[in-house]
Amino acid sequence: MNQIFANSTAFGFVLTLIAYGIGVYLKKKLHYQIFNPILIAIVVIIGFLSFFNVDYENYNSSAQYISYFLTPATVSLAIPLYRQISLLKRNLKAIIVGILSGVLSSMVSVWGFSKLFGFTHIEYVTLLPKSVTTAIGMGISEELGGLVSITVATIIITGIIGNVFSNILFKCFNIVEPIAKGLSLGTASHAIGTSKAMELGEIEGAMSSLSIVVSGLLTVIIAPLFSNLI
Amino acid sequence: MKYIKQFGIILSITCIGEILKYFIHLPIPASIYGLIILLLLLMTNIVKIDDVQDTGNFLINIMPLMFIPGAVKLTTLWDQLKSIWLPIIITTFATTFIVMIATGKSAELILKWERKSNEPNIR
Repeated sequence: MNQIFANSTAFGFVLTLIAYGIGVYLKKKLHYQIFNPILIAIVVIIGFLSFFNVDYENYNSSAQYISYFLTPATVSLAIPLYRQISLLKRNLKAIIVGILSGVLSSMVSVWGFSKLFGFTHIEYVTLLPKSVTTAIGMGISEELGGLVSITVATIIITGIIGNVFSNILFKCFNIVEPIAKGLSLGTASHAIGTSKAMELGEIEGAMSSLSIVVSGLLTVIIAPLFSNLI
Repeated sequence: MKYIKQFGIILSITCIGEILKYFIHLPIPASIYGLIILLLLLMTNIVKIDDVQDTGNFLINIMPLMFIPGAVKLTTLWDQLKSIWLPIIITTFATTFIVMIATGKSAELILKWERKSNEPNIR
C-alpha cells in the first residue's frame, strides 16, 4: 500500500477528496456542528493511513498538489473583499476596533494561560502567533525563537476549532451581525475560519478575508512587544 | 480561454508576491502581498473583476480541501507534542474562544452604537 501511494500522483489527492465528500455527506445527514467536513476528512484520512500503514510522506507525495493552491486561493480572497469594499469603508471603526481587540486579547490570553501552566519562554513564544495565518505565524515564531513545527500545529488546530465551534459561540454569546461574525472568524482562526465565513455569506467572507490580512500584520508588530513577558 | 487568462492573472500576482517576499525581510507570506496587490489592482480598475472572478471563486470554493494535508501532518509531530499536549490543547481551545468572543462582541458593540447615533437623523 505504501508503494502504491509513494508512486502515485493521484491516490493521496483522491483520498482527500473522498474523505471530504464523506464529511460533507455526514454533515448533511446529521446536522451537528461538530460534524464539520474538514474535521471528518482529517479523521478519515488519519484512520485510513494508519489502518493500511501508509506513511504521511507517501500520502503527501500526491496530496501536496492540493495545498499548492493555497497561495493563489489566498490571493483570490481579494475578490470578495473588493466586492464589499463600500461596506468596509462604511464600517471602518467597527472593523478596526474588532480586529484590534481580537489581536490584543489573543496575546493577553496566551500570556495568561502560559503563566497558568508555567510554560517556558520558548513554549510561550511558540503559542503567541497561533491565531494568524500559517505563513505569518511561522515567520513570527521563528523570529521570536519558538518551535516552528508546534506553532504550525497550534495554528491548524486553532483554525479547525474556529471553523467547528463558531456557530455555537455566536449563538451562546448572541453575535448576530454578519460583519462581526466575519471579523471574529478571520481574526481568531485565519484562513480555515474564513472558509467557514464564506459558507455563512459574502459579507462574512469578505470581513474574514480582511481580518486575516489586518490581524496578521498587526501581530507581526505587536507579538515582539509581548514576547519578553515570560 | 477565459479560465487560462484568469488563472494566469492570479498566478502572475502570486509570483509578484513571491518576489516581494524575497526582497522584504519580514515574516509576511507571498499570499498576503498578493492579496493586497490584487485588491489595489481591482480598486484602480487596472484589473477588472470579471477578469479574475470565475477562477478566483473556484479557488476560494475548494479552499477547505487545501488545509487537510497539512492537518494530517500533525500525526507526524506526536513525538514532539506528547509531553505538553494537554496544556497546549487547553490553551489553544480557550484562547481561540476568547479571541472570537472579544472580536465579535467589540465589533458588534461599535456597530450598534453607531446605528443608534445615526437613528435620529433618519427619523
